Amino acid sequence: MRLFRVMRILRTALRAIRKNPMRTALTMLGIIIGVGAVIAMMEIGTGSSDAIAKTIAKMGANTLLVLPGAATSGGIGFGAGSSMTLTPQDCDAIIRDCPAVKSAAPLVRARGQAVYQDRNWVPMSIYGTTENYLNVRDWTDMAEGEIFTDKDVRNSTKVCIIGQTIARELFQGSSPIGKEMRVLNISFKVVGVLSSKGANMMGMDQDDIILAPWTTIKFRVGASSSTSSSTTSSTTSTTSSPSQLYPNSQTSLYPVPSNTQAADNPQPARFTNVDQIVAAANSTVEIPQAINEITALLRERHRIRNPKDDDFNIRNMTEMTNALSSTTTLMTKLLLAVALISLIVGGVGIMNIMLVSVTERTREIGLRMAVGARAKDILRQFLIEAVVLCLAGGILGIILGCGGSYLITRFLRWPTETSVPAIVASVIVSASVGIVFGYYPAWKASRLDPIEALRYE
Amino acid sequence: MELIELKNICKTYYMGDIDVPVLKGITLSIGKGEFVALMGASGSGKSTLMNILGCLDHPTSGEYWLEQREISKVSADERANLRNHKIGFVFQNFNLLPRTSALENVMMPLSYTHEHVSDSEVKRRAEELMNRVGLGDRMHHEPSELSGGQQQRVAIARALINRPSVLFADEPTGNLDSKTSEEVLAMFKQLNVEEGITVIIVTHDPNVARHTQRQIHIHDGLIANGQTSQGGPQ
Ligand SMILES: Nc1ncnc2c1ncn2[C@@H]1O[C@H](COP(=O)(O)OP(=O)(O)OP(=O)(O)O)[C@@H](O)[C@H]1O
Ligand SMILES: [Mg+2]
Repeated sequence: MRLFRVMRILRTALRAIRKNPMRTALTMLGIIIGVGAVIAMMEIGTGSSDAIAKTIAKMGANTLLVLPGAATSGGIGFGAGSSMTLTPQDCDAIIRDCPAVKSAAPLVRARGQAVYQDRNWVPMSIYGTTENYLNVRDWTDMAEGEIFTDKDVRNSTKVCIIGQTIARELFQGSSPIGKEMRVLNISFKVVGVLSSKGANMMGMDQDDIILAPWTTIKFRVGASSSTSSSTTSSTTSTTSSPSQLYPNSQTSLYPVPSNTQAADNPQPARFTNVDQIVAAANSTVEIPQAINEITALLRERHRIRNPKDDDFNIRNMTEMTNALSSTTTLMTKLLLAVALISLIVGGVGIMNIMLVSVTERTREIGLRMAVGARAKDILRQFLIEAVVLCLAGGILGIILGCGGSYLITRFLRWPTETSVPAIVASVIVSASVGIVFGYYPAWKASRLDPIEALRYE
Repeated sequence: MELIELKNICKTYYMGDIDVPVLKGITLSIGKGEFVALMGASGSGKSTLMNILGCLDHPTSGEYWLEQREISKVSADERANLRNHKIGFVFQNFNLLPRTSALENVMMPLSYTHEHVSDSEVKRRAEELMNRVGLGDRMHHEPSELSGGQQQRVAIARALINRPSVLFADEPTGNLDSKTSEEVLAMFKQLNVEEGITVIIVTHDPNVARHTQRQIHIHDGLIANGQTSQGGPQ
């Protein structure tokens, strides 16, 4: 009963719109261009903000640093990272139990000289880590060769991968793959060369780096190297190194197992700490969640009840992520403003034409009333006409916008991304524009007096 | 049984401070199946009376009984409903929808009918009426492709689509030459005789009034002689 009426009103509206195709097209043009521009801009906007997010993620915005807490001895604090509470098992647990964390890797730092043939160089960073480190840093593309594996980590293999700066300074254009180089007097085989990453936000050359299995750095380099500033902890906290505190006495950090004990435990369960753990959140928005998950996990593992006793610190790149989110919201607001203005302009065009149409069709309105149309029938008819106009314009606009952004991707190679919410919103908004701007003309039409309308010339 | 009964109908237009009394107490009854001419000088209030009879307007005072129902004070929506179901209009200037086929023009009033009439039934009725008014071969012509007489016959078909009990025609032949006028009037007469539809024609032309059974003269807002039914047409 209701449906057939709706169908008839719709058919009447379509017939009225079809009667004047040129005017209809011109009227819709406002909405078409408005919606088209909004869609195209939203798609370009989404595409570029995704690109920006990716770039910033590459710069390390999603990275979290887990540092050991400050060690204190006799009332003297040694600063962040001076205690030795983080273990590689903590890192494994983070990977396993924290859903908001994309990846995590332990880090052992060393400092010293790298030598190849007659050339030498002191790299900015010598890190012992796992292959996950490159996932965390979003740096998995290798210029040459491959990254070392978990097996290398287990076996403390003497392999390393080097950054572009090292490759340039030590190998001078020849391929470093398979070559043996000495790092802190230990011979390493180069298995891979990282792609170039350039300077970080602080202006430090990130390509001046050597990565090796953390076990190798920790046990082989640390144990044998006297040039190494520290065997166990960060390079800066030299005070925590017993070998330097007491250069002349043989100190041992750990109780040396007797021969029998060693025989009983072929793989001794040594207490092993790492300097820090680097982790990456899945995305910028998941950073706080990742921090919460890691905090809870480490408290549980370290049996800490009181947050005050935390033996670790988590740092993130708040400044960077804030910059990212404020850029994105600013962009969204700008787009919204443009969208509103263009749709209002389109809506005014619709209202204008509908008013003209009502005046022009006064006699028709009078006739329809004379044969039984009620005021609300007339109101509905003109309102639906306006909405159909706007919706058709909106749909054409969506097609235009999608086509436009496709062409932009195709020829200008800007990243774009189809934005489903923008399309849905456009349909809803253009229908609403039809209702809002069509209402006044439709109301005017419905208020006509049939006798006067019939007499209208 | 009377179809229409008017009791002391008055209509006054208020134009600012000035009252313009047009109808000054019309009492009149028209029976079912009558063929009536409403006559009078220009400005005597024929169209005004016709608009009240046709439920397009309501009287300032007085009673209007249509099929035993007092309708002088019903709401605008209810008047629209009455126009749709009980009344057919034929206008001097045809008032067909431009750029719309004759058939669609005839079907148009049914889209405002509350009761559900199926699309096929609507089409069937419209085609039947087009045949009835002798335009079976012009169904898909637009008004601009039809002669004046043909357009008026389309308008008659449109007025009949909802099977009204009374047909009002305000100067239906005013825009037609004498030959087509005769055709249109013959059509009214035929509908009146064969289908028993009450027809009320407004005219100031005695040649038109000649075709009707009864002439009601309005003079200065009052009925001059309308109560005396005259014989059939000569
Ligand atoms: N809306 C209105 N407002 C004020 N006065 C009106 C209105 N409509 C009609 N009148 C007046 O009422 C009077 C009767 O008008 P009406 O149209 O009924 O005449 P008519 O008998 O149909 O004349 P004609 O034969 O010329 O059509 C006229 O004097 C006219 O000026
Ligand atoms: Mg008149």
